Amino acid sequence: MKVLVFVEQRENKLKKSSHEALATARKLAGSASDVAALVVGGSVEGLTSEIKGYGADTVYSVSGNAFHHYNVLNYAAALEQAIKTFAPKLVLAMATPMGRDLLPRLAARFDAGMATDLVDIKNENGTISGTKPMYSGKCFAQLQLQNAELHFASLRPNVFKGDSTGDGNAQLTKLDVSPVTGKLETVEIRKGKSEKADLTEASVIVSGGRALGSADAFSILHEFADTLGATVGASRAAVDAGFAPHDMQVGQTGKTVNPNLYFAAGISGSIQHMAGMRTSKVIVAVNTDPEAPIFKIANYGIVGDLFKVVPAMTKKIKELRG
Amino acid sequence: MKILVFLKKTPDTETKIQLSNNNSAIESGDVKFIINPYDEYAIEEAIQIKERSGGAEVVIGSYGDDSVRELIIKGLAMGGDRGLLISNQGLADADSLTIAKILAAAVKAENPDLVLVGKQAIDDDNMHIAPMLAELLGWAHVNVVNKLSIEGGNATAEREAEGGYVEVYKFPLPAVIGANKTLNNPRYAALPGIMKAKKKPFDVKKISDLGLDQAQLQGKVKVAIKSYQYPPEKKAGQVFKGEGVDEMVAKVVKLLREEAKVI
Ligand SMILES: Cc1cc2nc3c(=O)[nH]c(=O)nc-3n(C[C@H](O)[C@H](O)[C@H](O)COP(=O)(O)OP(=O)(O)OC[C@H]3O[C@@H](n4cnc5c(N)ncnc54)[C@H](O)[C@@H]3O)c2cc1C
Ligand SMILES: Nc1ncnc2c1ncn2[C@@H]1O[C@H](COP(=O)(O)O)[C@@H](O)[C@H]1O
Repeated sequence: MKVLVFVEQRENKLKKSSHEALATARKLAGSASDVAALVVGGSVEGLTSEIKGYGADTVYSVSGNAFHHYNVLNYAAALEQAIKTFAPKLVLAMATPMGRDLLPRLAARFDAGMATDLVDIKNENGTISGTKPMYSGKCFAQLQLQNAELHFASLRPNVFKGDSTGDGNAQLTKLDVSPVTGKLETVEIRKGKSEKADLTEASVIVSGGRALGSADAFSILHEFADTLGATVGASRAAVDAGFAPHDMQVGQTGKTVNPNLYFAAGISGSIQHMAGMRTSKVIVAVNTDPEAPIFKIANYGIVGDLFKVVPAMTKKIKELRG
Repeated sequence: MKILVFLKKTPDTETKIQLSNNNSAIESGDVKFIINPYDEYAIEEAIQIKERSGGAEVVIGSYGDDSVRELIIKGLAMGGDRGLLISNQGLADADSLTIAKILAAAVKAENPDLVLVGKQAIDDDNMHIAPMLAELLGWAHVNVVNKLSIEGGNATAEREAEGGYVEVYKFPLPAVIGANKTLNNPRYAALPGIMKAKKKPFDVKKISDLGLDQAQLQGKVKVAIKSYQYPPEKKAGQVFKGEGVDEMVAKVVKLLREEAKVI
């Protein structure tokens, strides 16, 4: 089965999660010759060698000023061209903000199936099926893709292995694509304050709730996060109170996250908050209330004051790491 | 100016999901249904645009069963002018592309200057409709929008991307916008408003009224849900209490390193 992977870059750096899409494509396809990657950006040809290790024989690139920043119509034109050139059965990307914006547009363009945010994907004799969390992870659906020659799927970050296979040739083919004019202009991309991984892709998250009491108090979480290389998140109560910006909110009306370690400080564990983080591999909770619902899904818990526990934990981990 | 807002009926966020029929369906009997939370931001934005421009028409539409009517009326009570229910009778298990095709046909019939949807429905968690609908119409879309401004026939929208990145776009109307939570603060539809809203114009259409063939749509459904399952149960964790902070911290850090191997 031929699989085309849309690999994602920002500022000429390949997204780490793209390794997961490439490695999964290689598994589904069966051989490197059936895997191609598309990379789009200002000048991205230099990323080819990195892609090579993940088992793709072909790398398509689309570059130029118009492609420097993400613009869904230009990127869709690039992906359309790559699909027409490679004729895959499956187009794979990560379920990142970019992947989730771009792929459905192409699925509609090609009248193809679209399965989003999969945590499992299978190819059984050419029939593609997958598992998708729904209702913010309160249940999982088994999906099957049917009735089309081409399908699209995006994978939830941090679920699939991103191991290198080392057997790709990664021959670079530059595609010539005209940008779309007059329909959608990217005015600017404002960079966020943090250099940290986005919550949806982070492998360690430290989140704070209403108990933090102020925006300033979040600094103890930031310090803790820095020692762990973690991204900081927040409950809605903390966001609504103005302690943290909305893009840090985890939960049903915030982000759905899936880290290896989720640390919840002063968060009670409402059903809406848990909906966004319950699939985390390991959950640690710190709360003064031993009855707090968060302890029901925590692997490890400490009943105690977060203003004492978090700094103590920061200190302990700093000591261990020397 | 004419604005068309699409809302979806979704279970309340408090809902415990129960599977039924040998895990082939989700039990809906005891479920309380609401307007998909993101769609309330879409409705509010439409009403604010109308208030600012002094004279737009806001149509509140949805594709679903007859129970969606009361949710559309809630949108009318917030300030919408006309309701539009596209009945899903006879079309089972539509996937999002099928729904996008139906909504696109409704858009063509209504011919609005702007379509507003929620960024994501909290039941399927797909985020499909904004990009799919815009593609089918040949329009631009911006999804996950935190800020929208409209001047004449042009609009500027700010989209929330990952890691705090904000993408700013300029585009001519018509276009499809997907609302995020930070777009505005939706107003509350009070009871007297709901009584009055029941008297506002309300159209009910069948899929065939939109010039679409139900059997043909059904035959092209590409994403089939075969079954559902509950998420794997988590086994009870270890909770430490009543000891000194440093002691408890040392224990948990040791477990994170040696048992869970995550730090
Ligand atoms: C439609 C809808 C959507 C929603 N979406 C979301 C969402 O996406 N994300 C989300 O998080 N919520 C969401 N909510 C809100 C949710 O219902 C809760 O109100 C919210 O999660 C509570 O946040 P919290 O745990 O920080 O606050 P609280 O529930 O107030 O909990 C604070 C906790 O801190 C503990 N505490 C107090 N002092 C200390 C201390 N010194 N040290 C340690 N612990 C302490 C308390 O014991 C308590 O358990 C939504 C609600 C609705 C209705
Ligand atoms: N059946 C429907 N009727 C009307 N609007 C819908 C329907 N399904 C989805 N939408 C709209 O599309 C948005 C995104 O939905 P989704 O792509 O399913 O996550 C929702 O927030 C609604 O605004």
